Formats: sequence, C-alpha cells, structure tokens
Amino acid sequence: MLSRRDFLKRSGIAAAGLTLASVSGIQMKPVKAQITKIKLNAKSGRQVPSVCPYCAVGCGTLITESEGKIVHIEGNPDSPVNHGTLCPKGAANLQMPVNENRQTKVLYRAPYSTEWEEKPLDWAMEQIAQRIKKDRDENFIEKIDGKTVNVNPALASIGGSTLENEWNYLQAKLFRGLGAVNIENHARI
Amino acid sequence: MAQLESKKGMFVDTSVCTGCKACETACKEWNELPMNPDFGFTGNSYDNTGRLSGENWRHVKFVEDFSEDRSEQRWMFLSDSCKHCQLAGCMEVCPVNAIVRTEFDTVYIDHETCIGCGYCITGCPFGVIDIGKLTGTANKCTLCYDRLQVGQQPACAQTCPTDSIQFGDVDELMLKAKDREKFLRDNGDSKAQIYGDSDILGGLNVFYLLQDEPEKYGLPSNPQLPQKNMVGGYWSSILSFVAAGFISLLSFRSRRLSKDEQESSDISV
Amino acid sequence: MPGLGATNGRGGATTTTREMAESDCIVIMGSNFAENHPVGFRFVLQAKNKGARVIHIDPRFTRTSAMATDYIPMRSGTDIAFLGGLIRYMIENNKYFKEYVVQYTNAPFIIKEEFADTEDLDGIFSGFDEQTRTYDPSSWEYEREEPIKPDNEPTTLTEKIAYEKLLGRPKRDDTLSHPRCVFQIIKKHYSRYTPEMVSEITGTPVEDFLKVAEALAENSTPERTSTFVYAMGWTQHTYGVQCIRAGAILQGLLGNMGRRGGGILALRGHANVQGATDHPTLYHILPGYLDMPSAEKNHDTLEDYLKDVTTPTGWWVNYPKYMVSLLKAWFGDAATPENDFGYNYLPKNLGNHSHYSIFRDAYAGIVKGMMVVGQNPAVGGQNATFHRKALANLDWLVVRDPFLIETATFWYDAPEVKSGQVKTEDIKTEVFYLPSAVFAETGGSFTNTSRMMQMKEKAADPPGDCRSDLSFTYELGKRLKELYKDSTLKRDWAIKNLTWDHYEPVPQEPFKIHEPNEEALIKEINGYDTKTGKPVAGFAELKDDGSTACGNWIYSGVMPEEGKNLAANREGDDYTYLNWGFAWPANRRLLYNRASARPDGKPWSERKKYVWWDEKEGKWTGYDIPDFAVNKAPDTKPKMDGIGLDAHSGADPFIMLPDGVMQLFAPLADGPLPTHYEPVDTPVENKLYSKQPHNPATLYYDVPDNELHGIANSDYPYVITTYRVTEHHLSGAMTRWLPWLAELMPELFLEISPELAQKLDLESGDYAVIETSRGQIEARALVTRRMRPFKLGDQFIHQVGMPIHWGYAGVVKGSVPNELSAIVGDPNVTIHESKAFTCNVRKGRIKQGVV
Repeated sequence: MLSRRDFLKRSGIAAAGLTLASVSGIQMKPVKAQITKIKLNAKSGRQVPSVCPYCAVGCGTLITESEGKIVHIEGNPDSPVNHGTLCPKGAANLQMPVNENRQTKVLYRAPYSTEWEEKPLDWAMEQIAQRIKKDRDENFIEKIDGKTVNVNPALASIGGSTLENEWNYLQAKLFRGLGAVNIENHARI
Repeated sequence: MAQLESKKGMFVDTSVCTGCKACETACKEWNELPMNPDFGFTGNSYDNTGRLSGENWRHVKFVEDFSEDRSEQRWMFLSDSCKHCQLAGCMEVCPVNAIVRTEFDTVYIDHETCIGCGYCITGCPFGVIDIGKLTGTANKCTLCYDRLQVGQQPACAQTCPTDSIQFGDVDELMLKAKDREKFLRDNGDSKAQIYGDSDILGGLNVFYLLQDEPEKYGLPSNPQLPQKNMVGGYWSSILSFVAAGFISLLSFRSRRLSKDEQESSDISV
Repeated sequence: MPGLGATNGRGGATTTTREMAESDCIVIMGSNFAENHPVGFRFVLQAKNKGARVIHIDPRFTRTSAMATDYIPMRSGTDIAFLGGLIRYMIENNKYFKEYVVQYTNAPFIIKEEFADTEDLDGIFSGFDEQTRTYDPSSWEYEREEPIKPDNEPTTLTEKIAYEKLLGRPKRDDTLSHPRCVFQIIKKHYSRYTPEMVSEITGTPVEDFLKVAEALAENSTPERTSTFVYAMGWTQHTYGVQCIRAGAILQGLLGNMGRRGGGILALRGHANVQGATDHPTLYHILPGYLDMPSAEKNHDTLEDYLKDVTTPTGWWVNYPKYMVSLLKAWFGDAATPENDFGYNYLPKNLGNHSHYSIFRDAYAGIVKGMMVVGQNPAVGGQNATFHRKALANLDWLVVRDPFLIETATFWYDAPEVKSGQVKTEDIKTEVFYLPSAVFAETGGSFTNTSRMMQMKEKAADPPGDCRSDLSFTYELGKRLKELYKDSTLKRDWAIKNLTWDHYEPVPQEPFKIHEPNEEALIKEINGYDTKTGKPVAGFAELKDDGSTACGNWIYSGVMPEEGKNLAANREGDDYTYLNWGFAWPANRRLLYNRASARPDGKPWSERKKYVWWDEKEGKWTGYDIPDFAVNKAPDTKPKMDGIGLDAHSGADPFIMLPDGVMQLFAPLADGPLPTHYEPVDTPVENKLYSKQPHNPATLYYDVPDNELHGIANSDYPYVITTYRVTEHHLSGAMTRWLPWLAELMPELFLEISPELAQKLDLESGDYAVIETSRGQIEARALVTRRMRPFKLGDQFIHQVGMPIHWGYAGVVKGSVPNELSAIVGDPNVTIHESKAFTCNVRKGRIKQGVV
C-alpha cells in the first residue's frame, strides 16, 4: 500500500512544511502527512416527510425534528420527483420555520389608527367572525329580478396557491356557504 | 489509530451547472452560516456572492461569454469551493497545525485549534479561506466532514438539482469525468477539459470539468504552493510567530491533540 | 387554463417533469424552466445527455438558454405569430402526422357555412359584436348529421339530461380536403404566417425560426416525440389562453399528445397552484371544474344548470353525478332530491368576480371585508398602487402570513404613505394580522405541476399564536355556524347546513396544537356512500341520486378504503412511480395516453411504447394507468345513439371531449383559432391584421391611474417584460425575509442590453428610473448582452426586463416592479399582461418614496 509520504515523494514535490518549518531556527514541528479523525456530531432527530412549499415541481423533503424544534431540512432521496435534490429556495426551507423575522403575535390596527396593538388570538377570531356576519347580514342579496342568487357581495377571499389542498377545499366550502362569490387565488395572476 | 478510509472528493461538472446556487444555500443551511454582513448588488451578472469567504464556503461563478454580435453566446457557471488539494498550501503554512487531513483525505480546519492568524489565507492559491466575521477563525468548506462521518454526502452534492456536483471516491469520479470530457468533446465542445487531475497540486480532491480554459472561470492554470510564489510573505509570517509567542500556541495544540475524540496516525493505508 | 382544456379536455399539464427525460426535442417557450423549476430541469438535462434537442425561445438569454442546445430570441408577446408560423410550416411542408391528425383530432370535421375567418374579416372572426366586444360562437359549430335519439326512456337524471341534449354526429371528410373542414380552415388561417412574416413580427431571424421548425418536424414521428413546456410567458398576455391553444394545435398536428416524451408541460409557479385550481378558491368554478352557477344564465334550478353545463357525449355526461355528490358532501342530510340537494342555496355569480374585479369592487366600496391568506396583493398585484388604494377603502382586512408582509403594513409603510401623498390617519381600514404556521408546522397536501397530490406531515408545533390556515378556516367556520345556528331565515340555510362537525381536531402526539381531522377531509374529497359512510373506490361509483357524496370528483380514488390515503404513498421507482403520491384522475400520469398507441391498439413504435391493447387479456396495459375504458377494445364501434363514452369508438383517446378527439378548432371567448395580436402596450402595429392591433375581446378595466400606452407611444419607447429569478419567489413574501435567499439577490435590477445602455448612459450598478403611465420605480442597471435589440424589418426595438420580487418590507427591500403594469384582462380567464408592455428608462433615481 502506498503511504501518504510515499505519494508525496512520487509526485516529485516536497511537502512545504518539511522544508520550511525550521528556517527561522525555531524547532517547528514538521507538518506530518498524518490523518486526523475528529468525531463530530451531525444533526440528528426524527425525520418527517414533507414537500417543498415554493414552486410546483413538488420536491420531497425530509425534515429533521429534535425536541420539538425543526433543525434541518433536506431533499428526500426516495422521492422520484427530485431524488434528494433541491433548488436554493428548497435548500433554504429551514428559514421558513426557523426565522427571527417571523411574527408570532396577533396584531390589530383599529380604523384610522397609526399603531399596531397586540391582541389575543381568540379575540381576533371572534372579531373576524362578527365582521363577516355583520357585513353578510347587511349586504346579502337573495334575489335579483325574481331570480334566486343568494349572494354576499361584501366578502372576499384572496389567496390559496401557496396553501394546502385541504385549506383550499375548506375555504371554498365555507365561503360558498356564506354566499361569497369573490374568491380568488394566484392561479389567475 | 485513524486510518484513511477512502479518498473522498467531488467532481464538479460545469456543463450541467445551471447556476441556481442551491449549493450555496445548502452549504449555509447545514453549516449554519449566517448571511454575509457585506452582501449587496455587485452588477456582475447574477453573482452577488462575489467570492468565497468566512460566510460563503461555496460560490457560484457566472461567466457571460458573448461576442459583440452575439454570434458566440454562452453563459457559464461554476460552483467553486475548497478543492481539498493533495498538496494543500493552507496546511503547510498553518503555524498551529489546525488544518488537518481527515480520514477521508479531505482538508479540515479544526476550529478549536485555529487561532485566526490568517496565514492559511495567503497559503491558498485559490483564495478559498477567510476569517469568519463571527467566529474569528479561519473558515472554509469542510466537505461536510460531519455528514461524511455518518455516511451522508456533503450537503451541496446532495442538493445539486442537476448532479453537477457529484460526491464519491476521487479515483472513480475521475474516471467518470474523463468519460464525460470525451462525450462533450465528441459532441462539439472542443474546449472541454478537466481541471484538477494530478497535474494540479498533486491532484484536487474537488475537481472540475470546464468548458473552456481555467482563466475564463478565474482559476489559475498553474497554481503554486506558497513557498514558490510568496517566499517574502512567508518569511514575515514565520518571524511573526515568534512575536506571537509561538511556543504557547504549540502547547495549545498538543493539548488539543490529546483529547479523546481525536485520533491521529501516519497514513498506513 | 382553458387553453389545454378546450383542446384536450382537461386543463392540467398532460405530462410530468420526469417525462422530459423521454423526449427527443423539448421546446421551452414562455418559461424559464432552469431558473424557476431548477429541479424539474434535471430531467431536461437527462434528455439532452441522451441526444435530445433542447430549444429555448425567449426574449432574454437566461439560465435556461445557457443550458439549451438552441437559443432562439423572440420579441416579448409575439408567441402566437411564432407558433402560427410553425403550424403553417408543418402543413405547407407536409410534416404533420397524418394518421394521428385524421384519427385523433377534429381536423376532418366540417364547420358551418356561416363561419368566417380572420382572413376574411381582417382580424376578427364571424359573430363579433362591436358593441359588447364579445363573440357569439354559434357560427363556429360543426355541420352535423341528423341526431339519433335512444329508444328507451331515461332512468336517471344523467340519462334524462343527456338524451335531451343529444346532437347529430359532426360531418367529416377524412381526406381533409373539404374547404370547410377544420384542417383546411387552419391551413387558410395561418397561410400568411410565413417565415419572413414571423421574422418581421417576432424579430427572430428566419434561419433561427426554421431551425425550430425542422427540429420539431424531425422529432415528431412514430419513432420520436417532441414536448412543449410553458409557464407564465405564454399566459400573462391579453391573448394568453390562445398562446397555449397554439402550442396545443401544433402538438396535435405533430401527433405528440398523449405519447411518451410528448405532450405539453404547464409549469405551475406555486407549490399548489394546481391544487388550488382543482379545489378552486376561484370565482368561476366549484371543485373538480364544475361551473359556478351564474345569474347571467338560466341556472335557475339544478336541472336548468345541468342542462346548460352537461355534454351528452364524452365523459362530461357524468356532470349530474358530480354536482349532486358535491352538494351531498357540503350539505349532508339536508340535501334532498326535494330541495334540489340545496343547489339554490349556493350563490350565483353576478358577473366576472375575478381578482381585478374584486379589487375594483373593493375600491368602489362594494367589497367591504377581505381575507388575504398567503398572498401579497399590495405589491404582487398588477398596478400595485391601485391595489393598495383598494385595500385602503376596505372596512376590514385580515392578513395571514408568516411574515409581516406589505399587504399587512400598507397603511404605514407604502410609498404613497412614506411620501405623504396619503396619511395613515386617513386610512379607515381595520387590519387584523394573524401570524400563520408554515408548511412544516401542519399536515396537508400539495398537488404538483404533474397533477400529483403528495401528503406532507407535520414536524413541529407552530410558535406563539401562529396557526395553520386550515385550523383558522375550520375555527372561523365553527364560530360562524354558531352565530347562525338559531336562524330560521332561508338565506342562512347554507351556512347552517354546511357539514363541519366531522373536522373536529383529533389529538396527535407529541403536538400540543391540534389540526382539523385531515382524514375526514380527504375522505370527503374522495367521496363516500351516504348510507354506509364507506369511501367510494373512485369516481365511477358516484351517483346522481344522492346516494353518494363527493367533495371533488377528480380526486376520487385517492382514499379508496377507509384510512388508506394514496397521496401518502412513498414508494418511488425510476419511471412512472405509480406508488408515489396520487395523480388525478385515477392516478394516471400521462393524460390521453391511449394516443400513445395506434388506432389498432399497437404502439406507434417500440421506442415510444407506453400504453397498448393486450389482445390476450382483453385490456389496455402499459407503464401507466390507461386514460381510457380499460376493457374497451380498439375496434369498438361508437353507438350511434349512445351517450357518454358509448358515443366514442375504441380509437377515440380524448375521452373528456364530446367527440373523443382533440379539438384543433375549439370555441373560446376570443375565437376558435389563435390569432396574432399585439399587446395593449406595443411598439408596433399589427403586421397581419391592420384593423385589429389588439385582441378585440380584451377586457379593459376602468379604474384610476390605469392608462394604457397604445401603439408606438413615443413617451414609452421600450418593451419591458417582468419575471422571476431562481433565488426569489412571487412578491418575495417567502424569500425576502429569508437571509440566505435575500443576500443572493439583494436588490431590484433592470436587465438592459449594452446597445440601449450606451444610448441611456447607463453602466452596471447605476440606478435607472423605469416609468409607465401607471407608475415610476428605480432599479440597479445590469448591462448584459443576454438582452438584445430586435430587428423588425427595418426597425430596431429595444427590450428591457426586470424581476418582480421586491417591495417595501423584508430583509431586502426595493421598488415595486408591479407598479408599472396595467390592469387589463384576457377574455377567457382575465389574466393580465405583465409579460409584454412598454416603458421609458432613464438614468437616475426616483424621489424618495414617490410612486
């Protein structure tokens, strides 16, 4: 077997450390052609299969979760869509959940106010439900020229192409149930 | 006693690189590298990374190669990083032996030993190493040493969507690269060439298949070890060791070596 | 998009990203594939390594062009001229796939005598009403034989409607020589789209155009296939749907549809744009592409509605089953035959309620409350300033997003507020910002660009008050149902009876925040027997009598048994991976794959075999699930009085369509054949139709500050196109807050050729002001030969381009490119025109904060 030192000799170039280490007269330890093994801890944890949320290629990912925290996300090698690979947005998936720029509190801006106020989630949910009901009850059109239309023209829903099938289905169902016709997502734009 | 397990490296096939920068992001994600505080718009094609640095261990180069009338038009990309040279200038000049060769025959900076003196920066003919703005130590690609230890390939190679970065045993990769070089040449890419076979610093463990001369990609055609081209700089480096209390640094290193988790040996593969 | 639907029967991409590797010639047009779908592009490179031609037709030399075997420059907005030229080339040079065209398309069908082409009427088809600027398509219909009605009495609602609507067979001429057959009409329609004319319009050199034509002809044979790939570069035009139609016609003539390595790949830009169309949060459709009832039509009762929308022949004969099952899924036991299954409690559309109409109505005060979930219209909407004006006129606004995006902060952070033109204190809108969970903090599924639904699993609880969008809508529905529970008003019937309780969250260890019951939801989408509650095995089991419920028929079969969710399948293989995810419909991967075999059921060639007739077994077989009645022999004759698939022969591959063949000629809102028109902002006249510069049926919006530039406006001399880069996504809401992505593309830039840069004294890195009548923004110049002037006859046209991803919040910020574009719509789908308009460019910066 070829030793590393032999390899260096054969390549005809002397290793720099050996020739230069003692030039200044100091007893420098020559850089030996040695192998060092430093045991490191690779990120580990429970692996959860997921799908990249950016474009629609649908790359499979594996999320590594440890003690309730997401620590790493990479391409799922089993996925026939991407064979473990990702694009830069896919490779940056981790910074969607783990990001100090994320907002984690409900914010409320009253009409004409110049400031945000932090509010409890439950309060906001109730207020939104009340707003929807009030507008609906005030603006609902049951008939136009004798024709039943059952339309709530005051309410609109925007968004959906970046969100799950289940949400889209449920949002459409709820909004149709409320008589909404103004429902749109990115697919049109 | 540590053994050389295998000679690991990467074959970077520029002919299938789309310049997407997934390798840059994957590298940052795995190695927890922060945003570069000096980021900004460069005006140089789609390259806003600029160079390899303490925060960017990978850098995709963008080469717009157009003739004035556009009869010749190419946009070439190359994902650059540490080459894990067989003759590694950085290793040779490190005063504290913080730069070591691992059991995978890769070049690794041990941050617990590194004193951040920066000599390795001048020792590298490719401009790979930089002092991390947050760590204060020398930083560069580790070939994902921690992933290799658990049997995974480096994050960039795993992520590369077009398999432009392929990880594996260097000898096998080189055979693959030669096949690919022939394929490209047979299909009209007359300038296709391998960069980093044994003619370059004894061989680069991370080597490239280029579509043009190395200079087009900002790679030196004949890179030199530090003693050949930077003797002056090197002398002053050596002298400054004395002033810095070199002996104590060496003792720091020997302490580091005695740690349980580290094994060392001469190669006897 | 109905471009594919009208031609082939379904709006989805006909092929997959994986299938690219099987192609011999990949034409990427209106898409920057490598840039925006880098992982899908791996399969293009695999094809290239096997010797395939990869052709990129685009105004800019992009990362895709860099990887292509051929880059073909083309002025923005002239796709139909280019594609029309290719259609003409194939016909004139006898390069079309004759057997495929005669057997599998409507090329032999004869059109009514009243039909007049754009060649006859200088740019418009017969049936155009100058007043309303709309078409009456009745003159575009087929000439038909006498109808043969079935003798028996109908036994179901489906039969009743089909029997009533049954028409005679279209008359045909298989020699393709009848002057009014579709083939001859197409031939005449494109007769002036010569290579020279194409070049004068598109700026593509004649030899480049011919390179594409020859490559396509060589690679579209029984032995070889070509594929087309498009994205927003085809769609975002006032004739966007017709761009897709032009590509589809070409693929039909070349015999590439439904074949291995063929078809058309629509590259969708969001993780679930396909799913959000299938389960539509869109105004005009209900789940599974069922039309929304409309007040403008006779949709008064369920039967009236079904009579309007159902086609008696082809798969859509089953419309009643899907509609009734949907109503059963939504209204449960309250939906009975006596009350038309609750049909009339669904709202009816009053007109066009598309995105721009909603914002127009918000500005007008008709829309009072808006919920914005995972979208960022304050910067992402065209004429973004107008979008913010509309937001400022709402009573209340809910914004759900992981980051504090511009739509949430417009009232203090928008350019018009910063500059003092608008005061925060004057904006009445009440704003609720609710932080949302991200993809990894909830389950659910996405349907990818290959129509494949894939489940993801929740990895961790969301932080703080962040909740998944699904929990939000579930919780909101629960509260609203509570608010209405005691109402006895008829108008509240729908919300009261909406089935909801079964979504009640089930605790899922080890999480503390529990999600609505995903399994119950997917079972509802799949469909179930209303008596036993058992899932149906697929859409073939759905009924029109209320005995089945189904939330979305095209996904039926995803949960064929209780608890067995095929979208969670994760056993990949190297080719069609039928055990990975679930592709609608019925897990079929390549649509119309019956066409991969010859009429007699044998593969067109060994090299391209995919699905074929197994004589011994008496069934269709192959690498995929056949997109065809599995036991229907190739020599099956059509039943002359048959409905549904009985009306088709064993050699009619396009099962969704009434006649089982691809519709090269197909009625749309702007005509039956794609025709070259210029964008509404254009530097030149229409060289083909002097009287019709623009699509005559274009939808215009009368909203403030939305002036159009018209033709050759000297104030706005340059063509501009907008697009994405790999490092960002959409308005930047999912990328500009991510440091790793923000630093890769930190500033808005304008790509400009050295020729134009020199004229404007710009160098890379300089600031440039870009202006339109709608807005004014600044960007850093990126001078590059990848941009080029276009030579149109004797005239040179300069073109610039910029990415769309910037806004006034985030880790990196910048001017909002969407301030520049106009609100204007394609007549079929109301998509805008951001891919080709005009602007002015000058060196300098804008006054801080001025829009």
